[in-house]
Amino acid sequence: MNIPGSGIIKGLAVTARNFLGSYVEKDRLTTEQYPEERPKLPENARSFPFLVFDGEDPEAGMRCVSCKICEKECPPQCIYIVQDRDAAGKAIKRPKVFDIDISVCMSCQICVEVCPFESIRMDQDYELSSFDRFGSLVLGKSRLLKSNTYYRNIHPTEAAETDARLEADRKKKEAAAAAKAAAAEKAAAEKAAKAAVEPEVKA
Amino acid sequence: MDLLERAPIELKSWFLNLLGSFGVPQGILSVLSAVIIIGTVIGVFLGLFALMSVMERKILARAQNRYGPNRVGFFRWRLFGLFQPVADGIKMITKEDLVPRTSDRAVHFLAPVVMMIPALLVLAILPYGRDMVPAELDAGILYFFAVGAGTEVAVFMAGWASNNKYSVLGAMRAIAQMISYEIPLVMAAIIAAMISGSLSPSAIVAAQGGFAWGFVPQWFVLTPWGFTAGLLFYIAALAESNRSPFDLPEGESELVAGHLTEYSGFKYATFFMAEYIGMFAVCGLLVTLFLGGWQAPLPFLTIIPSWCWFFGKVCFVAFTMVWVRATLPRLRIDHMLAFAWKFLLPMSFAAFLSAACWHYAGRGPLAWLLSLAIVGIPYLILGTAFTNRFAISRRTYQFSE
Ligand code: SF4
Ligand code: SF4
Repeated sequence: MNIPGSGIIKGLAVTARNFLGSYVEKDRLTTEQYPEERPKLPENARSFPFLVFDGEDPEAGMRCVSCKICEKECPPQCIYIVQDRDAAGKAIKRPKVFDIDISVCMSCQICVEVCPFESIRMDQDYELSSFDRFGSLVLGKSRLLKSNTYYRNIHPTEAAETDARLEADRKKKEAAAAAKAAAAEKAAAEKAAKAAVEPEVKA
Repeated sequence: MDLLERAPIELKSWFLNLLGSFGVPQGILSVLSAVIIIGTVIGVFLGLFALMSVMERKILARAQNRYGPNRVGFFRWRLFGLFQPVADGIKMITKEDLVPRTSDRAVHFLAPVVMMIPALLVLAILPYGRDMVPAELDAGILYFFAVGAGTEVAVFMAGWASNNKYSVLGAMRAIAQMISYEIPLVMAAIIAAMISGSLSPSAIVAAQGGFAWGFVPQWFVLTPWGFTAGLLFYIAALAESNRSPFDLPEGESELVAGHLTEYSGFKYATFFMAEYIGMFAVCGLLVTLFLGGWQAPLPFLTIIPSWCWFFGKVCFVAFTMVWVRATLPRLRIDHMLAFAWKFLLPMSFAAFLSAACWHYAGRGPLAWLLSLAIVGIPYLILGTAFTNRFAISRRTYQFSE
C-alpha cells in the first residue's frame, strides 16, 4: 500500500539532493557568471553589421566602394552613406560618411547578402549599451571599420570563403591583365615586324 | 557561559544603571527599558527578514541548480551577495508610489500599516530565551491568535481599497484560506496548551524541559500526538503566512499578485516585511509550542545560550518552509479548502484525542502506543481516501472524442 504523503517526502528528497549536490558537483551549475565568464558564441551568431578592411590602415584598406546598394536594400533604412569627393569635386570610390543606426537595424543581414564587394559583414559584439538613446547608437565609420583578421576570428568559415573568392578574383584579374599585356605585346611585336618587313618589301 | 546566557539582560540593566547613576528618574528608566526591549526585538526580526529575503532566493536557486543572487556586495567585496537586501531596500524606497485613481485612498494607505502592527505585536509574547519574554502574559497563546487575526482585516482592506477585480478576488481567497486554516492552527496550539496545563508560552516551554534517561529531550514533537499536532500547526502556519504551496491569494498565474496588485514602492515593501515577520512569529510559536522553545536538544549543549537555540530553531523551521516552497506546486483553491476542512480538521481532533489519552494513560510506553494508534489509523484512512479522491487520472473530454 502506498502510504499517503510519501510523494511529498520523495519530492523533498529530490530538492534536497539538488540543493546539496549543487555545492558538491560543480557541473550541476550551468549558469555562466557573465562578466567574468564569456560564452563561446557559435560561428553563425550575429549582432549588427560592420565594415571589413584589408591590411593595417582602415581608411586605405577599406573594401567599401560606396556603391550604396546596401543603403537602398536595407529594409528599415538604417544605413546612411555619403560618397567621398576629391579636391576637384570628382566622386571617388570611397564613402566619406558611413553610419548605421543600430537602434533601428534589425540584424537581418540583407546588407551583407547584397554587397558585391564583400565589404559589409555581421559582427558578434553584443555589449553595445550606452547612456544615451540616440547619438551613441549611431555607429560611424570609426566604430564600424574592423580588420579582416577580426573577421577571420569571429566567422572563420565564412571569412575563408570570402578570402578564397577575393583571391580568385584577384588571380583572374591578374591573368586578364597579363593576357591583355601579352596581347598588347604581341600586337606591338607584330606591328614592329610589319614595319620591319615593309621597307624590305619597298626596297 | 552563564555570562553569555544572560548577556542581553545584563547589558540592558548595566545601561539603565549607568543612566540611573546620572540621576535619570525611575519613571523614564522603566519606559526606556521597554523601549530597549522593543527596539531589540524589532531590530532582530528586521535583520532576520533581511537575511531571509536573500537566503530564500539563494536556497531556492540552489534547489534548482542555480547560484542565486551573488553580486551585491560592499564596493569591491562581493560577500556572496549578502548586501542584496540593501539594494532591494533602496530600490523599493525610490520607486514611485502608485495609488489607483478610483481607489479608497485612506484605506489603501492604512492597509500596510494595519498589516504590520499585528505582525509586530505578536512578537511580544514569545520566550526568546531563559527569562527573556518581553511581555509575560498568562494567556499569551490566546493573545497571539487574537492579535494575529488582525492581518486578515488588513488583507481584505488592501483588496477592497484597490478597487481592482484581481485584488478583491485575491483578498477573498486570502480570507477564505486564513479562516479555514486558523482552526487547525488553533486546535494544534490548544493541544500543547492542554498538555502543559497553561496558556502561557513560558510555562509551555518549561513543560518541555529536562531530559528523559538523561539525554532524550522532552519536546512535544517527539511524541505521536505532538508530532501530529506540530505538523498540523506547520501546515496551517504555511497557509496562514500565505506561503507556497498555499500562496493562492498571490497566485501570479491567475490573479497577478492578488491583494498586492495595486501596491508598489514602500507600501509593497511594508506588506512584504509584515508577511515575513508574521511568518517568523508563527515559526517562533511553533518552536515554542512543539520544538521545546529555547531548550537545548542535548544536555551538554546547554552551554550554548538559550536565545541562540531559539533563533537557531526558528531559522531551521524557516529553512524547511523555503525547502517546501522549492518542492511543492501551488494547490487549487477547492483542493486547498477541502484539505483544510476534510483532512486537517479531523486530524487535529484525532491529535487532540490522542494527547488526552496519552495524558490519562500515564505518559508511559502504553500511552505512547495508544496515542500513536489514535493518530496513525485516522491518518491512514483519511490520507488514502484523500489521495484517491484527488488522484491524477487520464482526463477524458466529453465532446472531443
Ligand atoms: S558596404 Fe558594400 S554595398 Fe554597401 S556601399 Fe559599401 S560596397 Fe556598396
Ligand atoms: S542588417 Fe538589415 S537592418 Fe541592419 S543594416 Fe543590414 S540590411 Fe539594414
